[in-house]
Amino acid sequence: MSTPSRYWREIPQRYRLEANSCTKCKQKFFPPRLICPECGSRDLVKTKIAEKGKVISYTIIRVPPSQFKDQAPYAVGVIELDDGVKLMGQIVDCDFEDLKLGKRVKIEFRKLFKKGHSGILCYGYKFVPDS
Amino acid sequence: MREVAVIGIGMTKWGELWNKSLRDIYVETALMAIDDSGVDHIDSMYVGCMSSGIFVGQEHIASLLADYLGCAPVPSTRVETACASGGLALRLGFMEVASGMSDIVLVSGIEKMTDVGGDEATYALGTAADQEYECYNGITFPGLYALIAVAHMDKYGTTRKQLAEVAVKNHRNGSMNPLAQFPFEVTLDDVLHSVKVADPLRILDCSPITDGAAAAIICPVEIAKKLNKPIVKITGSGHATDAIAISQRKDMTWLESTYQAGKSAYAMAGKSPGDIDVFEVHDCFTIAELCVMEALGIVDKGKSGEAVERGRTALEGDIPVNPSGGLKSKGHPVGATGIAQAVEIVKQLREESGKRQIKGARIGLTQNMGGSGASTVVHIFERG
Repeated sequence: MSTPSRYWREIPQRYRLEANSCTKCKQKFFPPRLICPECGSRDLVKTKIAEKGKVISYTIIRVPPSQFKDQAPYAVGVIELDDGVKLMGQIVDCDFEDLKLGKRVKIEFRKLFKKGHSGILCYGYKFVPDS
Repeated sequence: MREVAVIGIGMTKWGELWNKSLRDIYVETALMAIDDSGVDHIDSMYVGCMSSGIFVGQEHIASLLADYLGCAPVPSTRVETACASGGLALRLGFMEVASGMSDIVLVSGIEKMTDVGGDEATYALGTAADQEYECYNGITFPGLYALIAVAHMDKYGTTRKQLAEVAVKNHRNGSMNPLAQFPFEVTLDDVLHSVKVADPLRILDCSPITDGAAAAIICPVEIAKKLNKPIVKITGSGHATDAIAISQRKDMTWLESTYQAGKSAYAMAGKSPGDIDVFEVHDCFTIAELCVMEALGIVDKGKSGEAVERGRTALEGDIPVNPSGGLKSKGHPVGATGIAQAVEIVKQLREESGKRQIKGARIGLTQNMGGSGASTVVHIFERG
């Protein structure tokens, strides 16, 4: 069982969608990085990711990790946001038969799972249909 | 660099080995390799192991295993790069012998996975993915490869049936491997109607949870000649990395680490994909075997499904892949897999593979991959 610090140091990304971008090649990174893997620059500035994008792959998890047992089956996708950032997240409030590649989605702040025996709530982003 | 040869191999029956401990499985297997080689000592050893800390609550196993093998104080090194740990153990041993630092090196891999239940095993395997940005969002390993499969099916028209053909072919091969965990055949229908794990992947698309080890003795070719043993040379070695999170890759269907490791190994050996007689590759999931075939240049991009469907990768095909049964049928004790692939290629090149022998095989290749493809180790072997 990890200490709370592991959780709260990710809060800027998970709650506020903070990213950074390279001042030289303009590449955007989520989560933020200390060095640009494209051009090697260490000059990166804080920014935020776009909140809308499209599904570029998805699956339905039928056999989940233990902390997600009460949610299965659920959909997880890789999303390409409108600013080019790609990230993984659950796709919710969407029937499985309505899932398809290219589907427009937007980010919402949600509870992700309960952790450990005391049931600490862990929050973050999920994707919902953007209609 | 000195030329390096494999002179001994060891592998015991894989499966759910409830009555054997990590150290017992390891020592039995390592002794087989030592006996097979005929050497009376080793100078150094490498142990590939992904997660003994989670699976059996034991770290520091390099020393533990050297001690129980009766080899202390020889230097012993544990190597970890997820499911490619075994392959990397081989590469580091190869480098140590090639460089002249040591003459006789034991390269080995082990994983004891059934001392924990399914949830903990799932967690342990999940640590090979990005804990904060993949696992935190509910993904599993079958899920990661399912995401790759959906992207591959969309981009190239790969079909659900073609994925199943990989499992059918590997189980057919594995049915001829007495050391395999699941040495029996499965039908297309079995695969296509097995339980769904992460759509479109079903349980028979997935490699199993396995206890097992594999070992080999390597030394300079000059010493191997004096021992009067069948010689299999290691002529190429490559190792490469990629983004651990699949969302961070430019193209989810392309295994860049496998391409890069393959390129290095082909260059060192002076070979191209067409020169290879037999391949052992990392089919942790059926889709993985297809993507690996493309990244290694065995087939063109997008053509892997068709090649499997037409029987080209079967034992009697023109590009046999996974004659051992692969991870799918033989089992996948994650740290041991990379060494077991080498064991199979050595058997093939010595013509000791029985019913699954590829006739006249002279050059073989192993490809061992970590996580969803963030690390790959490739080796090329040739008859001495």
